[in-house]
Amino acid sequence: MANQESELKVIVFQLKNEEYAIPVQQVRSIEKVQHITRVPRTPKFVKGVINLRGVVTPIIDLRERFGIEAIPFNEQTRIIIVALDDMEVGLIVDAANDVLDLPVKSIEPPPEVIEAVEADYIKGVAKVGKRLLILLHLEKVLEKSTPATV
Amino acid sequence: MDMSQYLEIFIDESKEHLQTINEQLLELEKSPDDLSIVNEIFRSAHTLKGMSATMGFEDLANLTHQMENVLDGIRNHKIVVTPELLDVVFRAVDDLEAMINSIASGGDGKRDVREVVQQLKQIEQGDVPTRKTEPPSTTPTLTQTYGEFEYNVLQHSKEQGFHTYEIHVKLRADCLLKAARVFMVFDALNQVGEVIKANPPVELLEEEKFDQEFVVTVVSKQSAEQLYAQVSKVSEVEEVTVTAIDVDKLRPSELTPPQLEVSQTEAAVTAAKEEQKEEKAEGQKEEKEQHKAVANKTIRVNIERLDILMNLFEELVIDRGRLEQISRELNHPELHETVERMSRISSDLQNIILNMRMVPVETVFNRFPRMVRQLARDLGKKINLEIIGAETELDRTVIDEIGDPLVHLLRNAIDHGIEMPEVRRAKGKPEEGTVKLKAYHSGNHVFIEIEDDGAGINREKVLQKAINKGIISQQNAANLTDKQVYELIFASGFSTADKISDISGRGVGLDVVKSTIESLGGSVTIDSQEGIGSIFSIQLPLTLSIISVMLVEIQQEKYAIPLSSIIETAIIRKEDILHAHHQKVIDFRGKVVPLLFLKEVFDVPVVKEEDDFLSVVIVRKGEKMAGLVVDSFIGQQEVVLKSLGNYLTSVFAISGATILGDGQVALIIDCNALIK
Repeated sequence: MANQESELKVIVFQLKNEEYAIPVQQVRSIEKVQHITRVPRTPKFVKGVINLRGVVTPIIDLRERFGIEAIPFNEQTRIIIVALDDMEVGLIVDAANDVLDLPVKSIEPPPEVIEAVEADYIKGVAKVGKRLLILLHLEKVLEKSTPATV
Repeated sequence: MDMSQYLEIFIDESKEHLQTINEQLLELEKSPDDLSIVNEIFRSAHTLKGMSATMGFEDLANLTHQMENVLDGIRNHKIVVTPELLDVVFRAVDDLEAMINSIASGGDGKRDVREVVQQLKQIEQGDVPTRKTEPPSTTPTLTQTYGEFEYNVLQHSKEQGFHTYEIHVKLRADCLLKAARVFMVFDALNQVGEVIKANPPVELLEEEKFDQEFVVTVVSKQSAEQLYAQVSKVSEVEEVTVTAIDVDKLRPSELTPPQLEVSQTEAAVTAAKEEQKEEKAEGQKEEKEQHKAVANKTIRVNIERLDILMNLFEELVIDRGRLEQISRELNHPELHETVERMSRISSDLQNIILNMRMVPVETVFNRFPRMVRQLARDLGKKINLEIIGAETELDRTVIDEIGDPLVHLLRNAIDHGIEMPEVRRAKGKPEEGTVKLKAYHSGNHVFIEIEDDGAGINREKVLQKAINKGIISQQNAANLTDKQVYELIFASGFSTADKISDISGRGVGLDVVKSTIESLGGSVTIDSQEGIGSIFSIQLPLTLSIISVMLVEIQQEKYAIPLSSIIETAIIRKEDILHAHHQKVIDFRGKVVPLLFLKEVFDVPVVKEEDDFLSVVIVRKGEKMAGLVVDSFIGQQEVVLKSLGNYLTSVFAISGATILGDGQVALIIDCNALIK
């Protein structure tokens, strides 16, 4: 138990040059990019919906969500399916890199601004060796009331 | 013991038992002398009592117990069935229902039932003097009583040198095959003597309708010890008491005095608590029995599991499509054969899975007879409700929604349709009005009709009212067809009853009925003949999870339009588009229909130029129409309706999504949102 409390298992993924992390409990699966059906009249970062094993799942492009310039999908692009409360949403990321055990002590509160990502979406940062991981605040990322960047 | 895991089952089964009681009570009212009905009710009530006592719902158990006593009286001809008596019993059932509902919604199932209990007690005691039959088998103290005939037999046996014994046998509480043990006890006794009488009677013993204990009267030349040894050999027997009886001291008249019976019944009431515990086992057993009686080989499956099964199956269908494609490409005969076989099996499977989600409309209909009876009594009308086609199956998603609209239409038919008995007699109709509730399949739809032989709809009265309420203008009124006039009843703020009654409300209901049914993808029509009656006919889709759609292409995107809102499709030339108030319209069969370019509505990325012809899907919402301009029609298809999930709620003009054969998602267009 003590071990579990002092360490946090996270999925590490990449967006532009930064590495981000989400707790593994919130991740359902990691998928390769497949056909996405556009849903009209939704915010721009909502790419549409995919058929995830029979369940229609909405997809968000994290780059666009954070205001990072979009790039075409490539071999490395992944969709991380996350679950929050009763929602299941797919997040498009540049690459899914790693699964890590983060010592809880290494997590620090977020600095004011990291690159373009607003501090709101960030729960904290963690240093693992030379790597700097940004822990995402999923609740905020998936919040519907945030002003749509249409 | 933690009961929470059984709570759901308890609630489900209690509701079933209450339903049975309700139905059978109605039957009983029609044929008060049919004891098999009383037995049926008694059994359900008894099981319910046992279950609720086990689950610790004392109030529920007490009330059921009281009701059971009355039923027992009826069963034993001590109490005569009258409508007034049934009213009280019905009220008790209502209370029981309320308690179960309270439990279901997380309450403690407590309720003040003293009044009803009091009434039940009065009924029970009011007819006490005529009691003379055997005490109920549930009385805690089991004693043998002997009739004239048995007394003579015992006398006779004694003269031949036989001793008479009363043997009290108690089986172990965990005894599983009670009937088998009873048989073994009897067998053992018959080897050394003869069984004269048993309490409870042998038939009940064989059907396991007893607690752990029973008493047999045996005549034998053996001693009491030998009999004791004989019976004790039978396994799972906990306790045996053998009492020698002096036949001379028995006198039939003495053994069945009315006073004794009464005190026993009262003892039963006061001893209710202890009894409830004992009846736990009995309740469970009887329940098993009842299921046997209905001969239903069913199991309960959580609906969620069926949904998962459905999802998995859809997954399979998509892969099947891929396999078929691959096998065509490879052109390998064996692969081809296997894939074909698999396709056939999976389509059978699809039918079965879809059928599993179907529920007979009975589940909705069966609460109506009770409701109609109550309404008829309240209004002083005589009404006979005929239900036809209760076995017609509908998807459970539709079933869940259809109850309230039906209640409303039925109330409407009874309140406004059927006349008072005097009026009916004056018109030369039978005093008793008939309301027919009929369900049947036709094509991909289920029809439910509510037909009454009442007054019908008075065209003038409806028109007058509609004009008064400002729903239509005087000029329009004259031009309306009868059907259009009847449709006015569904307009909001309409009530034709001279008096507003609390039965069918204030006319706020029928428009709600109409919109509920339309939201289910159905429609409702009225047909009526004044003085003869009216028919309200509801058309419903078989299922809400599978719908027929027209697949269309807009640039490179595919959309699905529900067939239920499509009138027809057309291909028009660009020159035929007219302009009216900055709105593009077409002249479609003499009507001006506005055009909606879906490509613009949905901001579809344009990749190809449009040609000179436009493909138009004419859709409707009620009386209004619109032409949806698409690029091409793909065809008609049955698709599984899926939601977009909880993240994307309320997307404009999209009611859901579906997964196509190639595994891609297509969005389903909500035509109601497009037409203003």
